[in-house]
Amino acid sequence: MFEATELNFRDNRVEWAVKALFLLMTLLLILPVLLILGVLLYRGGPVLSWEFLFTQPTNGMTAGGVLPALVGTIWLVVVALLASVPIGVAAAIYLSEYAPQNALTRAINLAIINLAGVPSIVHALFGVGAFVYFFRFGTSILAASLTLAIMTLPVVIVSTLESLRAVPHAFREACWNMGATRWQTIWRVVLPNSISGILTGVILEVSRTAGETAPIMFTGAAMFMPLLPRSVFDQTMALSLHLYTISMNVPDVPEALPYGVALVLIGLILSMNAISIGFRTVLRSRRKW
Amino acid sequence: MTPTDMSRPADISTRQPDSAPHRARDDADRRGFDWYVDKAVQLIVFVGGISAIIFIFGIFIFVTREGVGFLFEGFDLVEFFTSPRWMPTSSSNPTYGAAALILGTASVTGLAMIVAVPFSLGAAVYIGEFATGRSRETLKVLVELLAAIPSVVWGFIGLSIMNSLIVRIFDVPVGLNVLNAGIILGLMAAPIMTTIAEDALRAVPDTYREAAEAMGATRWQVVWRVVLPASKNGLMAAVLLGVGRGFGETMAVLMATGHSINIPDSIFDSVRALTATIAAELGETAVGSEHYRALFTLGIFLFIITFLINLTADLVVRGTGDR
Repeated sequence: MFEATELNFRDNRVEWAVKALFLLMTLLLILPVLLILGVLLYRGGPVLSWEFLFTQPTNGMTAGGVLPALVGTIWLVVVALLASVPIGVAAAIYLSEYAPQNALTRAINLAIINLAGVPSIVHALFGVGAFVYFFRFGTSILAASLTLAIMTLPVVIVSTLESLRAVPHAFREACWNMGATRWQTIWRVVLPNSISGILTGVILEVSRTAGETAPIMFTGAAMFMPLLPRSVFDQTMALSLHLYTISMNVPDVPEALPYGVALVLIGLILSMNAISIGFRTVLRSRRKW
Repeated sequence: MTPTDMSRPADISTRQPDSAPHRARDDADRRGFDWYVDKAVQLIVFVGGISAIIFIFGIFIFVTREGVGFLFEGFDLVEFFTSPRWMPTSSSNPTYGAAALILGTASVTGLAMIVAVPFSLGAAVYIGEFATGRSRETLKVLVELLAAIPSVVWGFIGLSIMNSLIVRIFDVPVGLNVLNAGIILGLMAAPIMTTIAEDALRAVPDTYREAAEAMGATRWQVVWRVVLPASKNGLMAAVLLGVGRGFGETMAVLMATGHSINIPDSIFDSVRALTATIAAELGETAVGSEHYRALFTLGIFLFIITFLINLTADLVVRGTGDR
């Protein structure tokens, strides 16, 4: 018969201690975020109002709202998505449905990892060298958005790839057996079964794109630009750069103002994340297989 | 034609002149509209697939193209790596020594890793091996939340909250220093390391755990003796990618380090990072000037270092072979 020895008791105590230690570490990692969100809400909350969202900054950016920056961020994100989603989805379809196990596929995977790992400021240099000067887009929404698109491409590729791979292989085989071509199978079977996963990834990309600052600083975002952009060849303000500008470069900014801008930016990003996470949860529960 | 056909009556062959071979070819040849669409799509997605490679080469080529003039004319390799004097705007004698910038980046990244590595690996082990069900999902979402905060907001937090906290707690005149940026950067690099480390733990087959548990091992013994050794390479890759992330971070470092050229003696010294230098100075340089090219040269240096880090991480993971 089993009898607990001193050794078992010791193991148990170690077990509890270790578990508590790791839990503590996890909580210590997460606690700062909650604190930060709390402070941003506490300090920036009073600044927020509809008026703050929908008026121009005034008085040398020391008063007024964030309208041009908010609109500019939306422009940048939308144009970046138009460029990166088609390319990213195509790349994911290739990797999931066509790519053989060879050196080229490995090179593609390595390039994706690297694209995600290249410092954002190097992406900015690339944007300046390629889009602003070489392709002569000038400092414009187009140049900034294309830079952002290339930078966030790995997010789209990886999340799309994940949802394409989640579609069981049997679905494809069933379709092939009916005489469908590869593309007919992808279009009628694989994409409809993974579209919500792809959308989740796109929303995640929106939240990444909206927060980036370095890649747009020299390619299309302006520190102050009271007029709203009219086309992709205009410069624009952006929330992220606006936060940088008023907290670093503009004197005599009231203390609460940057907190307000940070809160708007974080609010935009976290609501996108929340939608994405919610989407994923619903998705998992509704999965047909 | 097979020999048996020769014996057929002649009138049959006159009734169906040549039609049978045609039909056979039509059956084999399915090059209809759908076939062409299929091939066109295959080409399009292939181009999409190799786009990542094209972009990586594009980045290297365009950044090098702008910096290359400096590399061959004003560039002094010894000065670049050993001189701490980064004075590109000096009118009499501009110097381009990146040693202080490299040390600035290294000190901040180093401190960030000291902060982030134990906590992220600890969190990965807890989330991956100890937590279950709802609490596990919640913790994962919170870690994702940490990853969602953009770098400019982190920088602002360093500038405002952390700055005053450090001044108050340690009684130093300036709170924008290695300590501030290191903690901020650690918190920024932690989620990516946690996520990748947890993936590495999950890649260890459950049969390993079951085998160890069947021998009477406790959960911790399973983790310590079985799971961690088996996922060693993945964990190392996670740390490397975290280093790469910290190394390349720009806005937060620009805002939280104090941005003054300094060879740091202590964690309370202000420093300046490579990335932040480009971000702060590129707007003020004339296109094509020596200073402008020097900044692109820093970019080439950053690109090569991060490329090597990512390549090493990839090789380390592949080193495990069967995943």
